[in-house]
Amino acid sequence: MLAIEVSDLRKNYGDVQAVAGVSFDVREGEVYALLGENGAGKSTIVEILEGHRTASSGRVEVLGVEPATAGRDFRNRIGIVLQSSGVESEFTVREVIELYGGCYRQHLDADEVAGLVGLDEKVDARIGSLSGGQRRRVDLALGIVGKPELLFLDEPTTGFDPSARRKSWDLIERLGSAGTTVMLTTHYLDEAERLADRVGVLSRGRLIAEGTPEDLINKVSGTVVSFMLPDSVEPDEAASTFGPVLGVDVRVSGRLVEATIDHPAAAVNRLTSWALEAGVELDSLSVGRASLEDVYLALTEDEGDEQQ
Amino acid sequence: MPFPSTAKLIAIQTRYQLVSFWRIPVAVFFTLGLPLVMLVLLNALFGSSTTETAAGSWPTSHFYTTGLAAFTAVSATYTNLANMVPIRRDEGVLKRWRGTPLPTWMYVSGFILSAVVIAFIGVVLMLTLGVVAYGLEIDPAKMPAAFVTFVVGVSTFAALGMALASLVKSASSAAAAANATILPLAFVSNVFIQVDDAPRWIEILGSIFPLKPFVEAFQDCFAPFVEAPAFNWGSLAFIAAWGVLGLVVALRKFTWEPSGSAPRGRRARRAAVDA
Ligand SMILES: Nc1ncnc2c1ncn2[C@@H]1O[C@H](COP(=O)(O)OP(=O)(O)OP(=O)(O)O)[C@@H](O)[C@H]1O
Ligand SMILES: [Mg+2]
Repeated sequence: MLAIEVSDLRKNYGDVQAVAGVSFDVREGEVYALLGENGAGKSTIVEILEGHRTASSGRVEVLGVEPATAGRDFRNRIGIVLQSSGVESEFTVREVIELYGGCYRQHLDADEVAGLVGLDEKVDARIGSLSGGQRRRVDLALGIVGKPELLFLDEPTTGFDPSARRKSWDLIERLGSAGTTVMLTTHYLDEAERLADRVGVLSRGRLIAEGTPEDLINKVSGTVVSFMLPDSVEPDEAASTFGPVLGVDVRVSGRLVEATIDHPAAAVNRLTSWALEAGVELDSLSVGRASLEDVYLALTEDEGDEQQ
Repeated sequence: MPFPSTAKLIAIQTRYQLVSFWRIPVAVFFTLGLPLVMLVLLNALFGSSTTETAAGSWPTSHFYTTGLAAFTAVSATYTNLANMVPIRRDEGVLKRWRGTPLPTWMYVSGFILSAVVIAFIGVVLMLTLGVVAYGLEIDPAKMPAAFVTFVVGVSTFAALGMALASLVKSASSAAAAANATILPLAFVSNVFIQVDDAPRWIEILGSIFPLKPFVEAFQDCFAPFVEAPAFNWGSLAFIAAWGVLGLVVALRKFTWEPSGSAPRGRRARRAAVDA
């Protein structure tokens, strides 16, 4: 069964084409992550699926209905965490969880929800007194309070400290394994890699790649070699210096040099020989498996090249 | 599991809006406190005189008490909603509610009913002060008319407040627009001054908007020279017509998204009609 079906979805805001023909499906019980640069169209797509916005054209079906005209039953089955939205700051965490929870057919207990999102200690504090990351956890709490079958999370962990992020990952993973379908957007590739069953990469309103994190990583075949640029080499000479040594194009960002290589043994050998000859140290030299981040950078670079 | 009953949900929503009102001290002060302060000040300055009207005369302190009572009902509905609804919209609270299974009309009902309750409290406070401190007399035979006038008035001004909240998108401009419309109007509408022998244009100004008919109809329910039952059907119909206008505008123009990101037009209108 499909929880979400999107075909040839387009959305224009005046002259701006935010979504330019996107199709994908999300199966029931799946965790699906949308990745993409700022302004790629992630929130637009997610808010169309939630029923907050209407598509300019294309077909969208969520839990078997058209979200833009769906009613109360539909909203009872979904949970929404918007990218940004306020909550009544004069109320306490417990009060808002009870208030919002009270309009679903079934809802979780306030203490339980507060515990799940890590707000146990703040449950009787006014929302107005919470920190930014704590407020974001309130958003998450209100997203799950109605026991949704399908949960939309638009950049849910932005602003979280590392331990809060791990905690929410555990929560999302548990929801996922309990059968909740999750539609997630994120800029954190480690988040997508850890949580998502499948990932869609969006760029300028188009889906440029889709698959399981492993699929995508395998597509960028090879191993990533990275090291810090030695002082003796100027950053603008890095590409011309190390490209020939490694036998592939290198990426330079700041002082970090990276390359994705099919046969790392020989390349690393050439690299270290070069360093020994030149008498320089290669700080932080590492050889590792490609991550989703490498895939993402490779994909969006290709996109950028095509545009030029 | 069924949804909670409509009555229960509306009661919860009304209670929640009331609690939120009490927790915002400026709102409480401007809606309930300020009219009481004005009453005390105006009565200390001019209360001992007599107010002459075309129909008869009565103590100015009674004129002020009843006029400001009606004005309080208007602040609690029109001004209050035109302030709070855009604030909640800008905060993104309205959008959050729209994503829940609570039907949007129930959310709006909670807002309006809470405003009516606040208006009722304000009017009762004002009249009580009038009776206790200024010897205002209450004629039970005219209370049904006072009640009906109150209900028609608050319904209309709540609808007009929602209409303003729908037309003016940002919270700061909505608050300014509410005060800029209601305060000047109060001066030509028998709230602060009896406008019997004012220039013609002032009288016309007062009579095209619903504030003066409402204030007068409400004052008639307490004026000694008006016979019971004191129903002023013409004024009530006129006020209600304004209410219908407000309702139509609110339904057509209401938006749920924060100003700036609101997708205007078809969707917003349909959403409002759904509500
Ligand atoms: N209400 C709106 N009116 C006009 N243009 C809009 C509106 N909402 C979004 N856009 C435009 O549509 C494009 C996609 O925006 P969207 O919010 O979907 O991006 P996003 O992928 O969620 O970005 P981010 O990662 O920054 O959240 C952007 O160019 C944005 O400027
Ligand atoms: Mg976004």
